[in-house]
Formats: sequence, C-alpha cells, structure tokens
Amino acid sequence: MSIDLGTEAPFFELPGVDGFDHSLDEYGDAKLLVLVQSCNHCPYVLAWEDRLIAIAQDYAHEGVRVVGINSNDVANYPEDSFEEMKKRATKRDFSFDYLFDEDQSLAHALGAEHTPEVFLFDEERKLRYHGAIDDSRDETTVTNSYLRDAIDALLAGDEPPVTETEAIGCTVKWKS
Amino acid sequence: MIELFYWEGCPSHPEAKALLEQVLAELGRDDRIVMTEVKSDEEAERLRFPGSPTIRVDGNDVDREGAKSRPALTCRIYYLPDGRVSPVPSRGQLEAALR
Repeated sequence: MSIDLGTEAPFFELPGVDGFDHSLDEYGDAKLLVLVQSCNHCPYVLAWEDRLIAIAQDYAHEGVRVVGINSNDVANYPEDSFEEMKKRATKRDFSFDYLFDEDQSLAHALGAEHTPEVFLFDEERKLRYHGAIDDSRDETTVTNSYLRDAIDALLAGDEPPVTETEAIGCTVKWKS
Repeated sequence: MIELFYWEGCPSHPEAKALLEQVLAELGRDDRIVMTEVKSDEEAERLRFPGSPTIRVDGNDVDREGAKSRPALTCRIYYLPDGRVSPVPSRGQLEAALR
C-alpha cells in the first residue's frame, strides 16, 4: 500500500545511470520533486516515456525535478539491470536522473506497486499527488494530464485538482 | 483455433481480448477464444510464453518477431505501425493473423 498524501518523502541515496549517487537531500533546492517508479522492460513505461521526458524538460526551468527509480528484481528481469538502465537512458537521452534501487528499499518506503507510478512532493517534501502520469497510455486519447495539472497547481500555490489516481501498468517485480 | 495466453500480473489482457473480439466480429467470424492463464515460470517455459498477452491463431503468434523473446511472466511489448510501444497487439496485426 502506498504512502498517504501528506507523508514526507522517504530518504534515499541511490546510484544513478550518470555514475553518481543521488540522495533526497541533493534535490533540496527543487520546488517540486517527482519520483517515478519505473523500469526498462514494461510496455506501459515505454508508452509513457516520451511524455515523462517532456514533463522533465518542460518544468526543469521552474525548479521541478523528475527522478526515475527502477527497483525491479534483475535476477528475473535482466532487462532492468543497472547496465541496461544506462543503455536505455543514453538511447532515449533521458532528461531526468534514473536511479537504481537495487535493494528495493525506496519502492518499499513509497509503497510503490506499479510502473509507471508517480509520487509528486511539494517544497516541504510532502506527498501531494500520487498515481498515473495521465489518463491514457495512448497519448492520442489523453483527456486528463494529472501530473502536469498537479505540478501547475502547486507552482501556482493552489491545490492539485486531482490528488490520487490509479497507476495502471506493470507490477513492481519484488525479490522473492 | 484462437488462443489468448495471459498472466494476471499484467493488466493488458482484457483490452487485448476486447480488441480481438472486435476484429473477429468485423471479419464476420465467430471463433471461440481459448483463454489460458499462465501462472508460473515453469508454465511460461513450457508454453513458450514471451509475455502477456500472447495471441496465437492456429498455433502461430500474431507477432512472430516478438514471440522470439525469452519466456517470462511479464507484460509483453508490441510495436504499433507508427513505432509507438503498446502492451497489446495492433488491430493490423490481429487482422493479418486472422485473414
């Protein structure tokens, strides 16, 4: 079960595909922090990938940081290994940090269940939106851009119009 | 025979079944879809199941290239004609397999 709205972001310090470790504290100057439970192998993640890249680019100048987290069990899903993460990030020129949560501690701390699954934290690092990026994996049929709307609202000092949605996608692949 | 193999850990099979039923109706066919749940890695290996959903028409996968992926309990990746990724086959793939 995922963390409740208003819960503080859990601490993490994880290796990124850029060769550096990244911690929650490192993003301290960000107005908003978007943690996205993600991975390489899931078609739902891939279907939303362009939109996530665009969101990271579009809001970077407004102090919004997007961070992808892969926590999947690489023993059973080798496509999600750290090496494969590096390849994916390079191939797609990710505009966001992509971190490897090998011991799955961050996924457990967030209560993440799916990929992709979004956790949007405000400046005080309280959870303000949780769920899907938008309402359709098919970008041609999107009618509600939940994450963008929540970011816009928080940047404007307002409440997100929608605070929780169902994240439809693959399950997080837990270690047995 | 039309078979749809699925894994409950992936949410795409109802959408795939609905699309398959739609295409069958449009082609004027009333074939029954044989649904098979794949529950374990061993079953995935035995059934040569490269991910959910997998649709076979008379034993032939509707996406022969994708069928070469290693057997696994996972969501299967399909590519639409415009290059986008989808968790279900395209209508065109199903139509081609059923003609």
